[in-house]
Amino acid sequence: MSIKRLGPEELLALDRFAVDEGNPHILVDKAICAACASRPCLAVCPARCYQLKDGQVHFEYAGCLECGTCRVMCADRGVTRWNYPRATFGVTFRSS
Amino acid sequence: MAEEDFDAIVVGAGPAGSACAYTLAKGGKSVLLLERGDSPGAKNVSGGRLYTYALDLVDPELAGRAPLQRRIVREQIMLLSGPRATTVDFADHGEGAAGTQSYSVVRATLDEWFAAEAEAQGVTLASGMRVDSLLEENGRIAGIRVGDDEMRCATVVAADGVNSLIGQQAGLFPDVKGRAVGVGVKETIELPAAVINQRFGVKDGEGAARVAIGCTEGISGGGFLYTNQDSISLGIVFNPEQAARNGRQIQEIFQDFKLHPAIAGLIEGGTSIEYGAHLVPELGYHGIPRRLHREGLLVAGDAAQVGINTGLIIRGMDLAMVSGLAAARAILQDGGAAGTGPRYMAQLEELLLPNLRAYAEFHGIFGIDRIFKEYPALANDALRFLFTVDGKVPPPMLKQLRRIVTSRVSLGQLAKDAWKGYRSV
Repeated sequence: MSIKRLGPEELLALDRFAVDEGNPHILVDKAICAACASRPCLAVCPARCYQLKDGQVHFEYAGCLECGTCRVMCADRGVTRWNYPRATFGVTFRSS
Repeated sequence: MAEEDFDAIVVGAGPAGSACAYTLAKGGKSVLLLERGDSPGAKNVSGGRLYTYALDLVDPELAGRAPLQRRIVREQIMLLSGPRATTVDFADHGEGAAGTQSYSVVRATLDEWFAAEAEAQGVTLASGMRVDSLLEENGRIAGIRVGDDEMRCATVVAADGVNSLIGQQAGLFPDVKGRAVGVGVKETIELPAAVINQRFGVKDGEGAARVAIGCTEGISGGGFLYTNQDSISLGIVFNPEQAARNGRQIQEIFQDFKLHPAIAGLIEGGTSIEYGAHLVPELGYHGIPRRLHREGLLVAGDAAQVGINTGLIIRGMDLAMVSGLAAARAILQDGGAAGTGPRYMAQLEELLLPNLRAYAEFHGIFGIDRIFKEYPALANDALRFLFTVDGKVPPPMLKQLRRIVTSRVSLGQLAKDAWKGYRSV
């Protein structure tokens, strides 16, 4: 294999995730995000869990790398709860 | 008072937690070491270099058994702009004075090994356990809760990482601020050991470490590269506030760096095997919370925001280990439960804080915005001019060099930045 530019899905596909279906460890209030002007999450989430679709911020916790950047950077407290996934869930690093 | 299940419960089996648990058990204490990942290291990401004096402090026998990757013998600094790169390469193939060695490490293996060493000293290691809250009784921390289970102890050590939800819950400090951290992203790229040896000019067991500036679109931050045994850790750490203002997704900026011709050639033919991200404490001494303890609770490691970043030297794991050791020593000393916190601070003062203070103002360097774009470009412009031959009569050298400098920065800015840099170091 050769080195190439990897998009967000390809990068996350390298990792092992156990998704806690129906039980997000981060809660985002869409109404707050809709009114947020700066939306730092879009640029700084390394997993691109926050994406703009039809002018709205969409949050997907499945590929979260559990770094905490969104919580630290959230401008208007749209991240209403931030916790680590329950034990045995989330990302598992083997080579980092 | 209810009976205690353990003398100490250590939350987080990273470098700080395992160093603490190891030392406590060796000193005869009963210790529970809790890790939220399926195994220690499973949730951890770092650039990947450990200064091993810290392991020696915990126990001189540890480093010989540790799963270290390569001993760093080449230190490289790279200045990038456009398709150009200037690299300063310092090589030291000597043995190195005792206690000055550093090694690239892979956290999944290092952390798992260290926790197993703690277990061998008698620590009870429980992985797959997320601590949900602290048990508080009569104003003191009396233990922890995992789900419906309560576990009691004389001292909880929160080594729960940079986000330290436990320290926050205990009311010791507020949440981390964006300006106080860097967000690091990293790709691990598998390459045969022989190819790494060849490309970095090192022998088996030797490796290179590289920092890069000029790869962040002007955002405060920089790239890093570490050679592991048969993989390369490549990443960038960004100031998240500036990255947010810049607006472009940091993952994309990182991919540009990876594909820069001066980097791509080093990893060509490799296979990307993992992608990770992590927050890094960036402020050094000034970032350490004022309160790192209350009765029944000590905070260590990234949770205590101990880190040093001079631009050339980036330290986290070693300081975490030393802080974990300090916590353990404080618990092992006589003098009653109420004195554990003050004893911890005294230990930190003895083992760690003077070192951090020596670099206390270094973070000011990163306040010089032009370091991340204009100065690397200037270096490349100047060298390109000096190496260019086109058959024409060249302009007077000093005059042209001055023109190159002033095309990027004014002499006033240059003087201001030089002064700021001087003040910081």
